[in-house]
Order: sequence, then C-alpha cells, then structure tokens
Amino acid sequence: MIEIKDLEVMTIGDMEKKYPFVLSFLENNKLDTTNFKETTFNDYLEQFHPDEFEELALDKEQIKKNLVVFVNQMLSFLGMDKDTVESITILPGVDKNGKRENFDELTINKSEIISIVGPTGSGKSRLLADIEWAANKDTPTMRTLLVNGEIPDHGNRFSTSNKMVAQLSQNMNFVMDLSVREFLELHAQSRMVENPGEVIQRIVEAANELAGEKFDMDTPVTGLSGGQSRALMIADTAILSTSPIVLIDEIENAGIDRKRALNLLVNEEKIVLMATHDPSLALIADKRIIIKNGGIHKIIETDENEKVILKDLEQMDLIINEMRARLRSGETLEKID
Amino acid sequence: MNLITISGPPSSGKTSVIIKTIEAVRQRGLTVGIVKFDCLYTDDDILYEKAGVPVKKGLSGSLCPDHYFASNIEEVVRWGNVKGVDMLITESAGLCNRCSPYLVGIKAICVIDNLSGINTPKKIGPMLKTADVIVITKGDIVSQAEREVFASRVHSVNPTAKIIPVNGLTGQGAYELSTLVYSKEENTESVKGMELRYPMPSALCSYCLGETRIGEEFQMGNVRKMKMGENND
Repeated sequence: MIEIKDLEVMTIGDMEKKYPFVLSFLENNKLDTTNFKETTFNDYLEQFHPDEFEELALDKEQIKKNLVVFVNQMLSFLGMDKDTVESITILPGVDKNGKRENFDELTINKSEIISIVGPTGSGKSRLLADIEWAANKDTPTMRTLLVNGEIPDHGNRFSTSNKMVAQLSQNMNFVMDLSVREFLELHAQSRMVENPGEVIQRIVEAANELAGEKFDMDTPVTGLSGGQSRALMIADTAILSTSPIVLIDEIENAGIDRKRALNLLVNEEKIVLMATHDPSLALIADKRIIIKNGGIHKIIETDENEKVILKDLEQMDLIINEMRARLRSGETLEKID
Repeated sequence: MNLITISGPPSSGKTSVIIKTIEAVRQRGLTVGIVKFDCLYTDDDILYEKAGVPVKKGLSGSLCPDHYFASNIEEVVRWGNVKGVDMLITESAGLCNRCSPYLVGIKAICVIDNLSGINTPKKIGPMLKTADVIVITKGDIVSQAEREVFASRVHSVNPTAKIIPVNGLTGQGAYELSTLVYSKEENTESVKGMELRYPMPSALCSYCLGETRIGEEFQMGNVRKMKMGENND
C-alpha cells in the first residue's frame, strides 16, 4: 500500500514517471502542474492560496486522500492477474410468480453464442442485469451466477475498470464530437493499453470488414452511418474492452455483416449473449433461452434442422441486402430467381 | 429513519432513478418519503404521488436552491420522522454544478448522465467529488466505449465513491442501487448541528440584492472582473 507520505515527498515529475496514470487524475481534477515538475506534490499544494482552492471548489485534504486511493486502486488493478473467464453458469431462481425456473443449470463457455428470446417485458433485461451483477441469490429472481464454476468475488461489483460485462445496446449512437482516431485513442487511454497505435489500427480494419461502406480514421464518429457505427462499436468492444462477456441487445440488419460481427467477438474469446427478435440471429446462436413471465422457461439447442432453416433465412437476408445496395446505387430491381 | 440526499444536474434522470429504486426498497417492506427541491417549477411530486409515496415539494423561487435546502433540511427531517417513514430521500438539482446539499455523516448520492459529455466530471464540483455513491444514467444511448471513458473519468475525480450504472427507463441497476441506500443501523432523528460537506460560494453582490441595472456604478459587494487582455486566461 502506498501512503500519502510516500507521494507527498515525490516531485510531480517523478510521480508521473512512476505512476503514469496520475496524469489523468491531475488533469481531471483541474490541477495544472505544467511548471511544477520539479516541485514535490506537497509543495505544489502548499503554494495555493486557500482562496484559490475555494475558487476551484477543491479541498486540499480531499485531494490528498483521493490521490492515495486512486494510486492504490490503479496499482492493484494493473498488477492483478486477470483470471480468464472460461465459462459462466446460471443456476435457477424463480419467475414473477415465485415458481422455480424450468432448468437445472446453464453453462456458457467462452466463444459460445447464446440468444435470448421472449416478449417485451418478459424479463430479458433482468437476466442480463443478473449476469452483470454476478447475482448471488440477492436479486429479485434469486438466481446465482458462477464464474468458472465458482462463486466469484463480489468485491468488484462497483469497479469501473474491472467490469465483467460489456453491453452493446440497441440505440447505437455516438455523442462525442471526435474523429474515429481521437475516439479510439481516448478509449485506449482509459483502458491503459500499451500500444494504442497498433490496437486502433486493428479496430478500424476489423470494423471496415464488417461495415458495408468503408470509413477512415479521420471521419467524425457522429458522421458514421448506422451500419458503420455498429461495426465500429462491435470491433471496439471485441478488441479493446477487457470485459469477457458481451451482452447484445439486437443487431439491426442494415449496413453490417452480422455473422462476421459475431465471429469477431467469438474469435476474441468473448462469451456472447444476445437478446433478439430476429430469426436468423436467434438461430446463429448455439443455444437459445426462452424467457417467460420473468423466468427462464426453456433452453433449446439449435439443431441440424434449424441450421438448415438458418441457411434459408441467411439467403433471404442476402437478397434484401443486395436489393438495398442496388436501390441505393440507382438501379431498378428485377425479380431474382 | 434513514436520510439519503440525492442530487445531480438538471435532466440527469434523478427522478426516474429514485422511482425505480424505491420500487425495490418498498418490496422489502420498507416505507419511503420524498422531498423534492427545485427552483421555479416541478411536477415530479405528482409522479411520486402516483408511485404512492408521501411527498413534499419545496421551490426556492428567488433564492439559490442549495441555500434554500440548507435552511430547510432540519424541518424536512422532522417531517419525515413525523410521517414515520423508514427512509427519507431528498432530491435536489445542482443548478450551477458547484454546490452540493450533502451533509457530513448522511448518505450522499450524485446522479449524472452519459449524454452530458466526457468533460462533465471536470465541470461538476463537490456535488460529484464528495458523493458516496455515483449513479450514471442513460448508458443505453451511448456506446460501450463512451460508457467506459466516462466512468473512468468519474472515477478519477472521486475514487472513493461506489459507481453504479442505472437505466432509469428499464430499471436495470436500480435493484442493485437499492442494496446500497438502506442501512438498518442508521437512524437520523435530527440533522441539527450537522455540517455541510463543502461550503457554499461566498458571493454577495448588488445583483443578489435585486439590482437590475448594468454598469460599474451599480456593482457593489463581492464583484469580480474578467481579464480582458490579449491572452485567454
């Protein structure tokens, strides 16, 4: 454990060298240390007039306390052996009427895709939340979630850097006003990756393989089409997010190769859970969970028969996509045999 | 009675988060009361009434809402105790992002939203930095990357807080939040003699006192001038 007396006596320059993440702490707390690299942290704080702190709405003791907590949290995060999640297991709870769920246990291994189907309001969000929270009979459904067959450490529930689940929601908009490059740099920075340039390159290449229309690094993210946005978000989540589980709420079938998108996630060893109303997505999955009245009603494995039907559905998707492309380029359509 | 102070910028989703959270709290057989502070107008009290909880609203009108909070919280706590609720929640909007209505020793929750932009954690003062729990809303309308960047910035300005994403529409995360708000051991009978976690700004000028005319001769008291030189400082 680092203590404040260790940090106070270091020069700011040394502190930044030893703990590079301190830079973001200082910056976000509006502490401009540009001309104080040779000054110790304590002397730096001491040179402020109390009025200046009031001006910035800061509190000297609070800053010291937070810095220590921040440094220790980051060190423990960076030094942590990240246990790889090989599998998650859901143990049954109860539905809205308190009736036991209709399955014994469900284990999902990495690189597996599970779809979740059921009417709106049936409890899909609750299931996804149970997984995110690593439920331990302490949610309304009383479900239990195991990681690698064991009850996981619940101390990480509020960690921002150590989330188990990444979510791709249905509304996929960007709100930041940045270019693709700047956007990915920012994300890479918050994830503290060592070789951001390389990673960013990989993400953009992967996203372009998924998107119908190509885009480059300098495109503003708010200027991307729906398909391009989804492609970028999926590639970014697959490659840059450390969360081992990806929850997807529907992928719209426009401007993106959904099958490749799922393959990308699976190849990055993610566990993929996907809520969907779309038959071809539901059948791409290895298994599907049917939710009814707040509980898991059934778990169906996609069988050979359905895989054949999936081929037909994919054929139809292909036709629709092709017609869309033709219409966009100004052609007239003819019946396809 | 448990006292919980919730604040956050306007339109960050405080009311939605509270309504979803009290659903979960009430399922455990606990009773909840709400006091809504605002400046000029609110109809959130109707939403709370619909949800079936005792509610009181306070409009600060021509006064600073946070000052108004500080001068009324004692009576508000008395009201909650008379109503006999297990948990009293105060909701107030941090209108200039500077102050916070948090008291030392009373649970403080800040609600901010992903849509407000990644520099927001820098712009919000003690309301964010001294909170015990930070709820981040509207995660469903931004990307995973934006959520991660936003949360990591919030974390860097308040590393001691518990940070929890809540969706005010679907309620995802609200149950989890409800496990953080109530504690059996806590019993606040009165807040008399308690202290604010951070002082309010020391401003008192002629405009505070009703002056409307523009011009140097009308400015008195705590007045400060921008530097209008060549540099942008």
